[in-house]
Amino acid sequence: MWQFFHKLGSPKWFYGIATRLMPWLLVAGVLLLLAGIVWGLAFAPKDYLQGNSYRIIFIHVPTAFLAQSVYIMMAVAAVVTLVWRMKLADVFVKAVAPVGLVLTFLALFTGAVWGKPTWGTWWIWDARLTSMLILLFLYGGVIALDRAINDEKSAARAVAVLVLVGVVNIPIIKYSVEWWNTLHQPATFKLTEKPSMPAEMWVPLLLAVLGLYLIFGWLACLRMQTEILVREQRTRWVKDLVMAGRF
Amino acid sequence: MNPIRKKRLTIVLFLLVGIGVAVGLTTYALRQNINLFYDPSQIAAGEAPVDVRIRAGGMVEEGSVVRDPESLKVVFRVTDFNASVPVEYVGILPDLFAEGQGVVAMGKINGRGRFVADQVLAKHDENYMPPEVADALEKASKGQNKAGETAQPESY
Repeated sequence: MWQFFHKLGSPKWFYGIATRLMPWLLVAGVLLLLAGIVWGLAFAPKDYLQGNSYRIIFIHVPTAFLAQSVYIMMAVAAVVTLVWRMKLADVFVKAVAPVGLVLTFLALFTGAVWGKPTWGTWWIWDARLTSMLILLFLYGGVIALDRAINDEKSAARAVAVLVLVGVVNIPIIKYSVEWWNTLHQPATFKLTEKPSMPAEMWVPLLLAVLGLYLIFGWLACLRMQTEILVREQRTRWVKDLVMAGRF
Repeated sequence: MNPIRKKRLTIVLFLLVGIGVAVGLTTYALRQNINLFYDPSQIAAGEAPVDVRIRAGGMVEEGSVVRDPESLKVVFRVTDFNASVPVEYVGILPDLFAEGQGVVAMGKINGRGRFVADQVLAKHDENYMPPEVADALEKASKGQNKAGETAQPESY
């Protein structure tokens, strides 16, 4: 197991694996996401109260879900950076932070668009919305802090500490609707109970979430490869790769 | 794992636990400020300040909505099934406003214990269902009511 772990730390090894993995991730991801979105937007039944406006959940829930998962993944990578000083973990954090930022923004935006017809307001300072806004700022802070420090190693450590400090926000987002009175409704999906939504609604939603996960995987590989090429530009294998025109 | 890494891992764990405890205590201390609204039980118990702008939230009591035919004035009761508060509002209500649905109203409690709202937002619950299923459920529950059973709402 440790051998695999150390292999994972080798940028060259990862570069090769990513190249082989990416087409599969992209094709499967696009297919699942398209199936979920088309099914959800066009064929799923409408809601008895909200009518068609509820359909924004087929975009809102996957983006909000991913925005939080990406942060958790970044936190795991941050621990690896701090404890094992593995370069690839830092490459991951830097590569996916902007993706997380965009996902969080999309979740907030689609939520606002849905909130206007449903609640009667675009924005309210309740615990769920506010903690999600903090997540947006955390992503922004991670990106800014990384850009602000020139030295690669210091930047990696500073960013890792910031990511770890911010991870307390994730359970707050998740449980905000249970701990406090909020305008945002509680979770429809719980691990322990049946979803309070019929299968013809949650199956397309699940497809969209899985599809977005795979597309995120593809995007993470792509961005990590770019970052690796930049960082390892002086090494033998990158020079060979560039000379051969295969990148 | 070598000793240096073990030490680093311990520091990271302490960092996480420390921040977790700090944030936990802070949010616990601020819980009344983080709560978006007071529920009717709190208002009935006198926990909510009078004549200060606050939010009240709960469910619109069945059969309590009275609309003024001359104006946009609406009076209804907001309940959490323990206590209820009369709410007065002048303005356009959101589409999802209905008896038995959740609302969050912003306004002040006046001297006579009535909540005068200047904004009413609809609160949606986590349940989604197709219209046909909702119709069928409603028919079924009406049938039950006739049989002498009272349907207890689970949540709001």
